[in-house]
Amino acid sequence: MPLLEVKNLKTHFHTRDGIVRAVDGVSFPVEKGKTIGIVGESGSGKSVTCYSLLGLVPMPPGKIEGGSAIFDDTDLLKCHENDLCKIRGKRISMIFQDPMTSLNPYLRISTQITEPLRIHMGMDKKRAKKEAIEALREVGIPEPEKRVNMYPHEFSGGMRQRAMIAMALITKPEILIADEPTTALDVTVQKQILELIKSRQKELGTAVIFITHDLAVISEICDEVNVMYAGKIVERANSRELFSNPLHAYTRSLLQSIPATQLKGEKLFTISGLPPNLAKPIQGCAFRPRNQIGNSDECLTQSTPEFKELDSNHWVQNCPGCLT
Amino acid sequence: MLKYILQRLLQGLLVMAALYTIVFFLVGWMPGDPFSSNEKNISPEVRENMKKAWGLDKPLWQQYLIYPKNLITEGSLGVSTEKNRPVWDIILQSFPASLILGVSALFIAVGIGVPIGILSATKKNTAIDYGGMAIAMIGICIPSFIIGPVLQLTLAAKIPALKIAGWGHPLDIILPSITLGLGTAAYLARLTRGSMLEILNQDYIRTAKAKGLKTFSVVIKHALRGGLLPSVAFIGPAFAALISGSFIVETIFQVPGMGQHFVNAAIKRDPFVLRGVVLFYGLLIVFMNLAADLIAAALNPRIRLEKT
Repeated sequence: MPLLEVKNLKTHFHTRDGIVRAVDGVSFPVEKGKTIGIVGESGSGKSVTCYSLLGLVPMPPGKIEGGSAIFDDTDLLKCHENDLCKIRGKRISMIFQDPMTSLNPYLRISTQITEPLRIHMGMDKKRAKKEAIEALREVGIPEPEKRVNMYPHEFSGGMRQRAMIAMALITKPEILIADEPTTALDVTVQKQILELIKSRQKELGTAVIFITHDLAVISEICDEVNVMYAGKIVERANSRELFSNPLHAYTRSLLQSIPATQLKGEKLFTISGLPPNLAKPIQGCAFRPRNQIGNSDECLTQSTPEFKELDSNHWVQNCPGCLT
Repeated sequence: MLKYILQRLLQGLLVMAALYTIVFFLVGWMPGDPFSSNEKNISPEVRENMKKAWGLDKPLWQQYLIYPKNLITEGSLGVSTEKNRPVWDIILQSFPASLILGVSALFIAVGIGVPIGILSATKKNTAIDYGGMAIAMIGICIPSFIIGPVLQLTLAAKIPALKIAGWGHPLDIILPSITLGLGTAAYLARLTRGSMLEILNQDYIRTAKAKGLKTFSVVIKHALRGGLLPSVAFIGPAFAALISGSFIVETIFQVPGMGQHFVNAAIKRDPFVLRGVVLFYGLLIVFMNLAADLIAAALNPRIRLEKT
């Protein structure tokens, strides 16, 4: 049995322009100690998926319309706020995209890092601080005894993200949700942060849900990849399989638009058009208008394509136009 | 930190000098003089002598220099032409009442305004929010000369312990301080709501929630510090305004405070009292602003570390 089983998750936002179906029937399992990636364009619903699991979707306007997320016999989507508070930050924790704004500028690093220990484990101040120093050392922050008393604005971007990771892992959670943790960092720091997440994961046996739009990052860190488009998962396979044998036209288009894979001097491949407006119900295959690689004429127009296991452990939205 | 405070005090001195200059010439150019009102039918000779006695016969620029000179060398703010008493006497006699009234009004303003603001922000777009903001809007719109009499007619008329007007019993403080503090409370509620909303939308609030903190702790531990900064900056000068007295509230409730002297001195053309109370008020504002900035620095590490 997987550690976390998300089934048919639907998160909608009720806005003035109508109901935005940000996440519309997403299912995936998270196995113990594994890293699963969720990749997709901006607005494809990857972050909202994870926020829904932890009850961090602002409600209203957001609303979880259906589905389940079973974690240790508890349905995260239906359990009481108080029970959820006991899980989040302790057994499932999260790191965010922008380390510059995700730490509280008014509080010392020590206060912020020790908070999970103090609220979840009832640890006293002194011991929690010792643990915090140790945690900072483990994520490679030099002179942690001194730095722990500093404020976030005295840290560089990379150091802040390290501090975030230290904070998220200080309770040794079973799942770490990383929401584009490297997007706001420059490339050399990105690499370091990825290495750090990998090594800490190995030591603690934490499962990681890694959200990103960077395929290079995905290939480096993930065991299994989910490709999301328009609030749905269009393809899922293990990392090697997905990169060597992509089936869905959207996945193939994404892979083809990586600049490094193209010949110098040639025009870069881009996926034309924009992601569909999720405030309007989508008939048939959501990728049809932008499908250049497959045959958009054969895309389903009447029924929603079914998510099917075509190869062993290789799932894809079964739309004839997108698979050719 | 000491350097910063000294710097601010120096700036305060400049502000006071500018304030003095403006007040002096505004008063100096007022038509008429303290002894020229109609009811006092005095002969021109007597008038000239009176002017001489108060030093008002000298050219304006000389008077402009003499006043600060006396203030520095003798600590004197002059003598009232109307009451023939030192201005310091008048201020010191009336200020305690204004101070007590102002402090209790401030407690009411902060005690009502800030919690309503925080509550409205955390319950944004709910009945609590709309209700709180509606009350705040009413509080801003209704002037104290309406709130005062309404309180007199409703509360004071029904509850025997509360007098309609007067000053002497501790309970007499209640109605005037409510009247005085309500407007500030309403403004504070709106200000606090706005800044709290901004803070509650920050990424680090989401981080705090993701750590498993309950909503209450998120608001108290993570949002309040940043959310109260604008209110603290506002409370400084607002406090100075509250304790320097309000002519309207003091008149309605017969409080022997400082506010009456602002108006009476202007009507009676009493230049020394007018300058004295305005300078005193200016001094209060300068110090309250400084205090507000120091509190803001204590709340915000970024400012604090910059300034040391």
